[in-house]
Amino acid sequence: MVRFRPVPNLRALLTAAGSAAALTLALAGCGGGGGGDSTAGSYGFPQVAQDDKAAITVWVDADRTKAADAFKKANPGVPIQVVTYDGSANGSNSFRTKMQLFDRAQSGWPDVVFSTQNNDAAWASQKSNGKQAFAAVLDGGLVAKDTLDKFTPGSLNPCTVDGKVYCLRNDLAQAVLWYNKSLLDQFGYSVPTTWQEYQALGEKVAQEHPGYIVGTVGDAWTPEVFFWASKCEANGITGPKTVTVNTGTPQCRRAAAMLDTLIKNGTTPNISVFTPEFVKKYTGKVLLMPGPAWYAGAIFNNPESLKVPGGQLGVAPPPAWQGEDAVTGNVGGGTWFVSSHSKNLKAAESFVRFATTADDYQVAVAPGYPAYAPAAEKWVTKQEASKYYATSLQPVVTAGTAIWPGWGSGIFSQEAVWAKTMTPAIADGKSLVALLPEWQTAIKNQAQVDGYTVK
Amino acid sequence: MTVIDNAAGAAAVATGRSPGRPARRPGSAMSYGFVSIYAFLALVFGILPAVYALYLAFTDAEGGFAGLANFTKVIGDFRFWPAATHVALYLVIWLVALVVLVTLLAVIVHAIRVRWLSRTLRFVFYLPGALAGASSVLLWLFVLDPTASPVSGLLRLLGFDSFVQVIVPGNLPVVFAIIAFWTGAGGWIVIMYGALNNISAEVIEAARVDGANAVQIAWRIQLPMLRKWISYMGIMSLAAGTQLFVEPQLLSQASNAVVPNDYSLNQLAYQYAFQQNDFNGAAAISLLLLVIALALSAVFVTRGGLFERD
Repeated sequence: MVRFRPVPNLRALLTAAGSAAALTLALAGCGGGGGGDSTAGSYGFPQVAQDDKAAITVWVDADRTKAADAFKKANPGVPIQVVTYDGSANGSNSFRTKMQLFDRAQSGWPDVVFSTQNNDAAWASQKSNGKQAFAAVLDGGLVAKDTLDKFTPGSLNPCTVDGKVYCLRNDLAQAVLWYNKSLLDQFGYSVPTTWQEYQALGEKVAQEHPGYIVGTVGDAWTPEVFFWASKCEANGITGPKTVTVNTGTPQCRRAAAMLDTLIKNGTTPNISVFTPEFVKKYTGKVLLMPGPAWYAGAIFNNPESLKVPGGQLGVAPPPAWQGEDAVTGNVGGGTWFVSSHSKNLKAAESFVRFATTADDYQVAVAPGYPAYAPAAEKWVTKQEASKYYATSLQPVVTAGTAIWPGWGSGIFSQEAVWAKTMTPAIADGKSLVALLPEWQTAIKNQAQVDGYTVK
Repeated sequence: MTVIDNAAGAAAVATGRSPGRPARRPGSAMSYGFVSIYAFLALVFGILPAVYALYLAFTDAEGGFAGLANFTKVIGDFRFWPAATHVALYLVIWLVALVVLVTLLAVIVHAIRVRWLSRTLRFVFYLPGALAGASSVLLWLFVLDPTASPVSGLLRLLGFDSFVQVIVPGNLPVVFAIIAFWTGAGGWIVIMYGALNNISAEVIEAARVDGANAVQIAWRIQLPMLRKWISYMGIMSLAAGTQLFVEPQLLSQASNAVVPNDYSLNQLAYQYAFQQNDFNGAAAISLLLLVIALALSAVFVTRGGLFERD
């Protein structure tokens, strides 16, 4: 039998603790260097001493490594280090997390960061715990006014805080009405131009072709597709720290009532488009689908998703509510930030300008609809030339300028609030109209936690 | 550490050897070396962070003294009580299931006289625990999804047709308890089995001679003699359980945030630190967790007679 020794005496313990402490002190290195002296710069934010030869560090997600490759090819003289991270996707918030840690260390910031989210300017433009804001002001002379002016009108709204631009938009994610032209012709239906027609069509489909669907409500961006397009005032970001939330308006109620009807009859299932379940159940069964521009590549023309064959997919302008002009919502769309701590602002600026405006990347390589208008036109021409689509892509272009400005980009994620409070409730069979007050409370709570004053 | 030392002391008493101070042997310098490495790691990765958390919890972002402000702030947070309730529910379900089922299974396996069968069973019980936390959760993501699950028939029988229906908030404490039991119980069964082996054969023999049947032996002899081990298991599992983090965090990402990323207290602390840049609030939550876990552990220690000598 093994015999343990009884508890060692106090002196032994103290000796052990003492040697451990000595070891700790020996190994504890001095903290890293500081962030250097900042002087007020000519671009409207404090900047460190500049060095045109300094290498820039660029953080991109896996998809955007191609942008870095294209930049290297076009600018072999600029020293650049590329770091791949998750792009802050799926609410991981890693961009903000990492920058706050660098703020605490006062060193280590990358010069350029790509984010898949479009609400990062809300925090990156603000001082945090007294530390200098991460994002450089871009419209104070760093990026030429001529370049900024050529972005699609409204596309820089998520980047604009207090009238200053803090990031460049990589791609737009305006919602449009995707539909399957072959199926629609086969069933003898016409494309709905109003949400009232859309609902009527959904009810018809449920009766005449059960199993086919006209949309989904299972994703976290359901509010951005349906409620934003209905001018629902759930996310009125009126300042860096003020938000107006009112989900009791007729605009919110009409969208909720429409979805209630369609959820009940099974034509807008509560299943995320990115689940195996969705692909299994609805491949070949999607008649219509209001959703962002990037649905084309991510869902329809994707061999791992719905695999819609060429020549079937059509796109229509976002429906309007009867008697009103059509507006639409927006789901994401990436952003590029320049660090205000950069030692080589010139090179950092040339990188973000290249990534957002150069044909070498935005037209030749990028999968999404470019936010930079001249690139967007060429991109559409190129996509149409591929002969995949059954209709012209012009509706995507027009929808890009029809995004309703009353829905802002705050620090907190509307998607997370919806997923947490509404999706499970829909699964429980509750009605959206009845859930609207609960949704409002959830948004208010979350906004207050992030320091917003809620009106 | 202490547990083993005390158990050792108890064993020494039981075998009639007085636990006196051992004579210094030449090898003792080596033992200091070993202990100091452990003590060093405990200091750097255990005690110092805890002290730092203590400092953070009572200061504000600028480093000034904040009194109890951080604590009132986090307790007043609308997410705090739901998170605390979630963790409490999960702990109750999981700990009860763990204590009852592990003990029962260990006694049953111990009672099996067929050597190969007993060995095989222990191995099978232990197997799931060999998967690390995160990977076992990933495995469960498939098991819980009716469209991909090998037991989809069972899920549909229970009325679940989609993944979202399985993970509605009401089901989560049970889901997490099942995952935790599946990954953690096997190791404990093996430990309990060892503890049962430690009960001297004479005692069991005497009980048998007095006419006790298997159930009575288990209930009146084995269980009371396992009391210390059960409370030890309770404390260790409690400490792990209050820190529920990996399961909801992964499930949150897999379900596209339908399972909220502030489901448990530990996640809330994480949100405070890295979402709101409020390390002081995060430290306050961590300290609250520590106090609660210590208080509950104290109950286990006193009720389980962990530090008593037989």
